[in-house]
Amino acid sequence: MPKPFNKLTATAAPIMRSNIDTDVIIRIERLVGNSVRGTLGKWAFGSLRYLPDGSENPDFILNREPYRQAEILVTGPNFGCGSSREGAVWSLQEMGIRAVIGSGFGDIFFANCFQNGILPIVVDKSVVDGLAADIEATQGAGKVSIDLEAQTIVSPSGQRHTFEIDPRRREGLLQGLDEVALTLTRDDEIRAFQASDRAARPWIHFARTPA
Amino acid sequence: MLVTPLWRDGGLHDLMPPTNAAPKRRSAGLAASLENPKGRTVLEKTGRTMLAKIWDQHVIARLSEDTDLLHIDRHLLHDLGGSRGLLDLKSRGLEVHNPELTFATPDHAISTAHGRAGTSKIGQELLTALRAETSASGITMFDVDQPGQGIVHVIGPELGLSLPGCTIVCGDSHTCTHGGLGALAFGIGSSELTHVLATQALIQRRPKTMRARFEGKLPLGVTAKDMILALIGHVGAAGGTGYAVEYAGSAIRELPIEGRLTICNLSIELGAKMGMVAPDEKTFEFLRGRPYAPHGAMWEQAVATWRELRSDPDAVFDREVVIDVEKIIPQVTWGISPEHVIGIDGHIPDPRAVDDPVRRAAIEAALDYMGLQAGAPIAGTPVDWVFIGSCTNSRLSDLRAAAEVARGRKVAAGVRAWVVPGSENVKREAVAEGLDKIFTDAGFEWREPGCSMCLAANGEVVAPGQRSVSTSNRNFVGRQGPRARTHLASPASAAASAIVGAIADVRTMGR
Repeated sequence: MPKPFNKLTATAAPIMRSNIDTDVIIRIERLVGNSVRGTLGKWAFGSLRYLPDGSENPDFILNREPYRQAEILVTGPNFGCGSSREGAVWSLQEMGIRAVIGSGFGDIFFANCFQNGILPIVVDKSVVDGLAADIEATQGAGKVSIDLEAQTIVSPSGQRHTFEIDPRRREGLLQGLDEVALTLTRDDEIRAFQASDRAARPWIHFARTPA
Repeated sequence: MLVTPLWRDGGLHDLMPPTNAAPKRRSAGLAASLENPKGRTVLEKTGRTMLAKIWDQHVIARLSEDTDLLHIDRHLLHDLGGSRGLLDLKSRGLEVHNPELTFATPDHAISTAHGRAGTSKIGQELLTALRAETSASGITMFDVDQPGQGIVHVIGPELGLSLPGCTIVCGDSHTCTHGGLGALAFGIGSSELTHVLATQALIQRRPKTMRARFEGKLPLGVTAKDMILALIGHVGAAGGTGYAVEYAGSAIRELPIEGRLTICNLSIELGAKMGMVAPDEKTFEFLRGRPYAPHGAMWEQAVATWRELRSDPDAVFDREVVIDVEKIIPQVTWGISPEHVIGIDGHIPDPRAVDDPVRRAAIEAALDYMGLQAGAPIAGTPVDWVFIGSCTNSRLSDLRAAAEVARGRKVAAGVRAWVVPGSENVKREAVAEGLDKIFTDAGFEWREPGCSMCLAANGEVVAPGQRSVSTSNRNFVGRQGPRARTHLASPASAAASAIVGAIADVRTMGR
């Protein structure tokens, strides 16, 4: 069940490269196995965060103070594109990230964020660029505030921006709702749909008898 | 002369008029782009899109203005996430809602060496867990060495599990592949996977609609892979984000089903998690007699329904792109996103020619990672590896196209070249035609079916710093192994590059 999200004031790190894909967020070999959760935080952004010899890359923002403490990422266009691996979100969560702000995200990554109590915020690229510049001007010391209920972001210099969010998803995050349990309350509707669909499209429902 | 944009930075600003602006048609170049000024329209039209028709048929409950609870007709599981989902369900004290609509096969983590030698301990554990958990839940699993095993997006169509008008999900972003048969198919994450196991339904927001029309006659040596790479180069890796894409036009109608599957497979690389082609007589002929396709009277009933799925002639899409396929030449990627693509006669972009500092830095980073010289021709770049396989290009027609180039020739010294068929059935059919012999005679390695080096989840990797020409779908940083350098291309182009030992123009290798 996802942790509820309401308000957050935290260090934010701008990672402005475009098209940061989920392979870059977490490499596949870290996700092979059924007990990987809880092991992923140190491998998030591995190819950017570590040098080939395994030591930390001092140039990568999340290896620098105060960005090591970041709970918000301000991202370039199309962050989280590519693979559906939810491990990308798990790895961000395990390194302490609770919100991502960008001009657009990969569709599947975006959906996976909500499933894990991470708030993805889509705003105009000019707002993203302004936030990044504002954060960098304070060398990361200035915090970013997010209020989900009010749908606002406040930059380190006090600039206030509003954002749009699907009301259903907003409610889910505010309350930390479990979608599986919610949908199961509609099980009679699901079964009624299936009963009538069996008559309309029998070939869908009798798939287990190969010719 | 084709002018393929060299680099797009995730934006569409020069192509897309802002919402509510008048539609604008681009007159020159590869493609024209229009946007419907009315914006989101799925439900408001008199003429309905194929997406709207399939979507509406699957609505169990309307949850909000634009979000529905959809019935899922087919759920495909693989070894990487399948047993995890089933164990997650068990830990919640729940059971699989419809095991008869759920199918499993191992593909991601198993070795593709003969006898599956080299499957890692953890890969073996995932296989064992998938067997145990599917068996306990009454889910059909197509196991290694059995007909039916293979890459999940190859076996769905091959077995007739994937059908026009059905909803298909899988914990894999390339599930969009199945849209080539006229299905509404998309990738999901682990949480959504558990949701589908528990409920046979999924909460989804209605996407916007885009139609990509490929018009004209495909030139010799140009394939479905080149068509879709050219589109990605044109609209960018985020060009389809938020959209379901319908591929249409004369060149799509002419494409065999396997080519349509390749086109739809790369939808996610332009940002769209759903891609589809209207089913037609070719679709029905492809599916007729497949093991899980309907038969007898039910077949006739199904086909009659499927004929109604195509978008109405007056259906309006939120965005429309028109591609002149006669201007497409074989495509190859140069960078670290599928949008970093150029024609085989092209030159590697020069960051100094780019004014925007962010884009310039991005090109510099890509060239640095790829070890390429700005301004150099892409053709002739020496390669170490060639990989022919993946859910994009591992079907029989792909292997035939590669074998046609390889026949009677030899892989260049110093190049390792693998052919990994997409499924056990593809492998057997290829062997029956003697394709394996053509490949091995030429110096290619002929392997067992699986995902293999497309994502390197099974330990099959391109070594650090080495350069690969791959028929797969992602040239991301480290995708084929840490620091591996990937160039995406068609099977024919990949085979030609193996023979030449460098990125090659297959059109110069005619017989």
